[in-house]
Amino acid sequence: MLEKALKGKHRYWIWIAVLFIVITVGFSFYLRQLDYGLGVTGMSRDVSWGLYIAQFTFLVGIAASAVMLVLPYYLHDYKAFGKITVLGEFLAVAAVFMCILFVFVDLGQPSRVMNVLLHPRPTSILFWDMVVLIGYLLINIVTGWIILSCTRKEIPPPGWVKPLIYLSIPWAISIHTVTAFIYAGLPGRSFWLTAIMAPRFLASAFASGPALLIVVCLLLRRWGNFDAGEKAIQALAKIVAYALAVSIFFVLVELFTVFYSGLPEHEAPFFYLFAGLHGHNNLVAWMWASTILAFGALIPLIVPPLRRKTGWLALACVAVFVAFWIEKGLGLVIPGFIPSPLETITEYSPTGTEIAITLGVWSAGLLILTLLYQIFIAVRSDLHVAGDTLDMKR
Amino acid sequence: MTPSRRDFIKTAAATVLTLILPGNFNPVRAKTKPPVAGNATFSKNNIAHTLAAKRWAMAVDLTKCTADCTDCIVACHTLHNVPNFGNPKDEIKWIWQEPFSVVFPGEQHAYSGERLRKLALPVFCNHCENPPCVRVCPTGATFQRADGIVMMDYHRCIGCRLCMAACPYGARSMNYRNPRPFIDRINPDFPTRAKGVVEKCNFCEERLAKELLPACVEACRQKALTFGDVEDTRSEIRLLLEKRFSLRRRAHLGTGPQIYYLL
Amino acid sequence: MKYQKWSLIILGIVIFIIGATFPLWYGKGKASVPPALELSTPEIDQLAERKCVEDTAFMRANHMKLLKAWRDEAVREGKRVYTAKDGRTFEKSLTGNCLVCHSNKENFCDRCHDYVDAKPTCFDCHVVPGEVKK
Repeated sequence: MLEKALKGKHRYWIWIAVLFIVITVGFSFYLRQLDYGLGVTGMSRDVSWGLYIAQFTFLVGIAASAVMLVLPYYLHDYKAFGKITVLGEFLAVAAVFMCILFVFVDLGQPSRVMNVLLHPRPTSILFWDMVVLIGYLLINIVTGWIILSCTRKEIPPPGWVKPLIYLSIPWAISIHTVTAFIYAGLPGRSFWLTAIMAPRFLASAFASGPALLIVVCLLLRRWGNFDAGEKAIQALAKIVAYALAVSIFFVLVELFTVFYSGLPEHEAPFFYLFAGLHGHNNLVAWMWASTILAFGALIPLIVPPLRRKTGWLALACVAVFVAFWIEKGLGLVIPGFIPSPLETITEYSPTGTEIAITLGVWSAGLLILTLLYQIFIAVRSDLHVAGDTLDMKR
Repeated sequence: MTPSRRDFIKTAAATVLTLILPGNFNPVRAKTKPPVAGNATFSKNNIAHTLAAKRWAMAVDLTKCTADCTDCIVACHTLHNVPNFGNPKDEIKWIWQEPFSVVFPGEQHAYSGERLRKLALPVFCNHCENPPCVRVCPTGATFQRADGIVMMDYHRCIGCRLCMAACPYGARSMNYRNPRPFIDRINPDFPTRAKGVVEKCNFCEERLAKELLPACVEACRQKALTFGDVEDTRSEIRLLLEKRFSLRRRAHLGTGPQIYYLL
Repeated sequence: MKYQKWSLIILGIVIFIIGATFPLWYGKGKASVPPALELSTPEIDQLAERKCVEDTAFMRANHMKLLKAWRDEAVREGKRVYTAKDGRTFEKSLTGNCLVCHSNKENFCDRCHDYVDAKPTCFDCHVVPGEVKK
């Protein structure tokens, strides 16, 4: 089936070429980082995680969102999602791939990365994060590929795929819970030390992931000759709406706890994010933009006449994606370090090298996604079947 | 408090002399070559001659520590090849000074007197009883010894910096660049680090192995630092802690820090 | 079978054979001299017996394994004394033991390492005496 990725129209190849160029540029900047050290980034003694880990945190959520297609279809027989579970699984593959790459480029000694396997430490959440991410990658790549392959041959999938798919449901929850636990278990960082960290991660994952999926489905409908079906897209949009509302609620709940209790250590990072702290306000504009986008996107997602219009829906989904890219990216990682344990404020801005490497990794993930989706479209268009009724669960 | 270049060179030279002179009389480090490689007397200097303890700890006497003195910092950083990058972004420090208000957040108030405001306390790794950094390290590059010292294995560190996020005291520094060009005078008797690993105070475990006290303790001209086994009921530090009131940093976090500040 | 296809296949096989056997025939006839190691240093010359930690054959084959074992035992377990096969004791230290005698890294360690293109990263951290003056 891989050979299907080698056939495409002009615009497909132009997109691939653009991705390759960005990957190459990013890679050359990475070589510079390997040579000089992580000092080429904006990270400092006080702010020791930055753009790379922010992308990793956000993308784990995107990866987990495949469960929002798998769960309704495989557990509750929601037939409208039948055609597109593979899209969700492939998105998960691309997202997890990017997660692993972002962690890798963030390491100070990447040649020693095997030490995590050679000298495992089960007390470390990072160890478990590696386990669940690799497991999730394998589950999704196997199930997505097998299901698509069987669809192509018009045969029912083998019996062992079903339990694997069922496994992917709690596994998807686990990848984001474990990632949240990396943050929520650190005693010294009051911004992260909250039980609602894991629920927040999941809620924003289930909003931003399906939002991306909707945008992809709209694009595929326009340019890929594949229609996911209005019912599926509307169902996804409702999921985004609910998850967005819950996410916003969780943030408001955090704000209450922090500001009503008045604990200075807990208030300070929130002040930094939304108002600036002692004149330091790098992230204020970003956070308010994220807030406006999130609240603004709620309206077209909740109001049915607007939700049914492609233009409004697409806009809302892009807004949701960007809002959470900010909020679960730099908006989550940086305030954990500001103020520092010694109450200093060292701000963080990514450097050009850091941005170039980040774009390179994103392009690598988008390349994987493009190739997998091209295969998907090719298989689908080969079928010439009224795909709405094709039951994959036999 | 940064010392002037003159003071620095004076203190550094004095420190290095103080530190290497005892070593020159120590048969382990004798430069006169034995007739056969492999020092027969070496076996006398093995574990039996290492300073041993159940839990190493340090007491800092704030009535003796003066704000304008940096003896301990210079001694430590010179001995351990701690680089000076010249900018706070890449900064690496094993021991440094902070004001009372941030070392003990919430303890200083609007009516605290002059003396408290003027204090400049040395802060270092607390070598906690229950270290969060050890808990989160995915490779075991940072680990806790039986005698309580929280160690760094620079060979194993992958530079993920989760330990830096986990440390509630900001005690750890990352080598964001190659440190070698930025070490004023490399001490050949101690390794440097390479770029990409995290480092911190090690309670001079390499000196303890030779029956020497930590460099900062020896270098302090006011004798403000007391180092010892806090579980030895007759140790000097134990007696000090029983006699005087002491505070530890952020003790409510349950980390069990082993640096006791005597007020 | 089309004629053109056969010639391509044979061409491919030939290129593969040339490439796969490259290390075997390239350099044949050219003498690649193993490096001569400079074992005479001021420190070694003072010794009554020129004996390393273990015998030469062992060291040649196992010095990296030994050093790795030393580093884990010294750093992680605090066991700093090594007892050689013949009972002599040494401190487990690259700079403080091995390089004290072998103080000529460029004419000793580097010679073999360069020859086999091994790039040990030890010296990124462990100070080479002579490169740094006290």
